[in-house]
Amino acid sequence: MATTTAPVVPTSERSEALQAAGIALLLGLGLVFLTGFAYPEAIHNAAHDTRHSLSFPCH
Amino acid sequence: MLTRIVAVGLLAGLLAGLLVSLLQQATTTPLILAVETYEKEGDKPVASDHSRRDGHAKAHGHEHGVGWKPADGLPRFFFTGLATIATAVGIAFVLVACMIFAGEAIDERRALAWAVAGFVATGLVPAAGLAPELPGAAAGDLVGRQAWWAATAVATGFALWAFLKTSNWLLRLGAIVILLAPHLIGAPHPNAFKSRVPAELAAQFAALSLLVQAVLWIIVGWAVGMLWPRFASRPAA
Repeated sequence: MATTTAPVVPTSERSEALQAAGIALLLGLGLVFLTGFAYPEAIHNAAHDTRHSLSFPCH
Repeated sequence: MLTRIVAVGLLAGLLAGLLVSLLQQATTTPLILAVETYEKEGDKPVASDHSRRDGHAKAHGHEHGVGWKPADGLPRFFFTGLATIATAVGIAFVLVACMIFAGEAIDERRALAWAVAGFVATGLVPAAGLAPELPGAAAGDLVGRQAWWAATAVATGFALWAFLKTSNWLLRLGAIVILLAPHLIGAPHPNAFKSRVPAELAAQFAALSLLVQAVLWIIVGWAVGMLWPRFASRPAA
């Protein structure tokens, strides 16, 4: 019985989750930076109304 | 696990972004378009306006230059929607990542609570220092404002989490200090007020843009919590 089941949250599973969360955090922050903060004029102009309407600092 | 986060984040962001794009068309976008007429009037040369270039650093100026920008109408709607969806997907990734880091189970109730905290951190509290602006409003240096905004969002989010995580009153006091620190330091502000936009429109816009951001967070939070259990991987995966 004891040999067939793993612990409730195995360490490897937790570390895999943390690794995936780290990648997701970077991806998410990258996306928000691109739409809300990035300076290139074309990006700014494309996202202009979004930046203002979500109360990001703009210009 | 990463596949699950990406799938849930993409779907939740797409749903929230699409709905909020429609909300923007009904709330904030008409105000932005209305304000552009004031800006155009303001761009006409005026006798007292010859020092405009010199004063640009602090005068917001709202210059888009001559570079590409989406044409008014459908293209502008499309790009605003695209940017809103991308922002929503980004927010969904950050939300799930933070909940996993905190060891929080992800369900509708918890994800929604975290999303509300997210709105407090990136919307409500930064607005106390930097009120949401309509285009054309006077504002301090952009990089300074962005840095203050980001630092305030991180400090507020961390302080909320720390305050709720511990019951030690000393640590809670520390969380309150972290929460207040950006406001004691103070946000960068313009030295002069130059907007030609009527104050009534600006006030309406400030309230609406906070509402739009709140709705974005709430839909993202609810959708993440609703979708997460449905994308549960099998034990072997």
